[in-house]
Amino acid sequence: MSFIRVVYVLWLRQLKRYFRSKPRMIGSLGQPLLFLLALGFGFGPIFQKAGGGDYLQFLTPGIISMGILFTSTFTGIEVIWDKQFGFLKETLVAPVSRFAIMFGRTLGGATIAMAQGGIILLLSMIFGFRPMSILMMLPAILVMGLVAIIFTALGTAMASRMEDMHGFQLIVNFLIMPIFFMSGALFPLEGLPSAVITITKLNPLAYGVDALRFFLIGTSHFGILLDLSVLMILSFVFMALGSYLFSKMEA
Amino acid sequence: MGPIIEVKNLQKHFGSIKAVDGISFSVKKGEVFAFLGPNGAGKSTTIKMLTTMLKATAGELRIAGHNPSIDPNGARSNFGIVFQDPSLDDELTAKENLLFHGALYDIKKGLLNERMEKLLKVVELWDRKNDLVKQFSGGMKRRLEIARGLLHHPKILFLDEPTIGLDPQTRHHIWNHILELNKSEGITIFFTTHYMEEAEHVADRVAVIDHGRIITIGTTKELLKRTKKKDLESAFIALTGKGIREEEGSFIQNMRLRRRVMRR
Repeated sequence: MSFIRVVYVLWLRQLKRYFRSKPRMIGSLGQPLLFLLALGFGFGPIFQKAGGGDYLQFLTPGIISMGILFTSTFTGIEVIWDKQFGFLKETLVAPVSRFAIMFGRTLGGATIAMAQGGIILLLSMIFGFRPMSILMMLPAILVMGLVAIIFTALGTAMASRMEDMHGFQLIVNFLIMPIFFMSGALFPLEGLPSAVITITKLNPLAYGVDALRFFLIGTSHFGILLDLSVLMILSFVFMALGSYLFSKMEA
Repeated sequence: MGPIIEVKNLQKHFGSIKAVDGISFSVKKGEVFAFLGPNGAGKSTTIKMLTTMLKATAGELRIAGHNPSIDPNGARSNFGIVFQDPSLDDELTAKENLLFHGALYDIKKGLLNERMEKLLKVVELWDRKNDLVKQFSGGMKRRLEIARGLLHHPKILFLDEPTIGLDPQTRHHIWNHILELNKSEGITIFFTTHYMEEAEHVADRVAVIDHGRIITIGTTKELLKRTKKKDLESAFIALTGKGIREEEGSFIQNMRLRRRVMRR
């Protein structure tokens, strides 16, 4: 019973913190929208001429993944703030399992990121995105949840090994950005050089983007079964890694 | 019945620095125990090891019979702590901070609400219970931290410089409440402070630590007798010398300091 209660309060705390910080909400929605509009309308005509079809349709699942990637990694890394401002100690001296703490945090961060993905999806529909079926939006939301869990857990794992926020820019530039650009979020994977394809195949986000395309616009590069298997396995792996590293933290 | 806190030859090394260099002592159940020492003497490091936040380099520890390095959750369920540094969530209200704590320690809803009201009244924050902590002054935050530490009525309460930055009225008020809990529920109190008259006033026994070693331990009377001084402050200075200590500030402490300054 106490396990559920602990997970619940930690989940609730993440949500409260997010919804109380309006600049953060606006900021984390603004960036994906900017990408969607600038790239969507900017590259649209070329994409069409090259025979790729409607670029906005193609791009939207990629931008949703982008929003989730950024928000979930950052909420994971927030552990560092808790460490710096002391709150982490409050949770670390409590007689509850480290896993419950990590799990509640991760679910909270993932819920926020998933909700954000949903909001970007709705907003993109205002700008002309048309999902192939309303019903298929439900499994799409589930995919968003899996992607969110993977990257929140990854963020927590990284933060557990960091002393302070100095490494933050490093992570953004050398991990988050490459993951985003090499995920096929912006361009189709068909016909790319094999080196690029290999990198993409090692990128967890690529499977998230691909699964979202499958449920939202009906195309898939890897095949939905592979996508879902990879995403589910990785959620477990990253959760395990995150809880292990988190449990090793000393306040 | 054995002692509730038992420490034997406890050591903590950070590289070549011996922050705690083989200390031994024990605290009886229901005792009010003061742990005194100049800055950087090893007080906080010892508290961190007692409260499972740091692993000891060597030595033996028992918290209510539990070894913190083998059974941390066993030890954790027996103590509460008021930290020296801030540890509240600024983005939550006073009430939410307490509810969060109540959930971590699995206090039943009815009991939790009852104690929350009582404690918030003791620290005079009941009217502000729904305000975000970031709007609080330093003293108010301190009072809220103390209220939170008392919420789950632990067997042992660790207080690391609990009354730092509080006015005499509030100090008096809070100590009265703590001593009342000590009497009515038999809660063992283990505290550090730089206010010698505070230690003299409330502690059953006092330990003085310096350079990671315990210099002396006993009742205030015994200490005064040994040093031939009239009050604990003179005794303390006689024992630890007059030199001023440098405390090495970690990056985190500097960050907090900077943040506090920026708030003003």
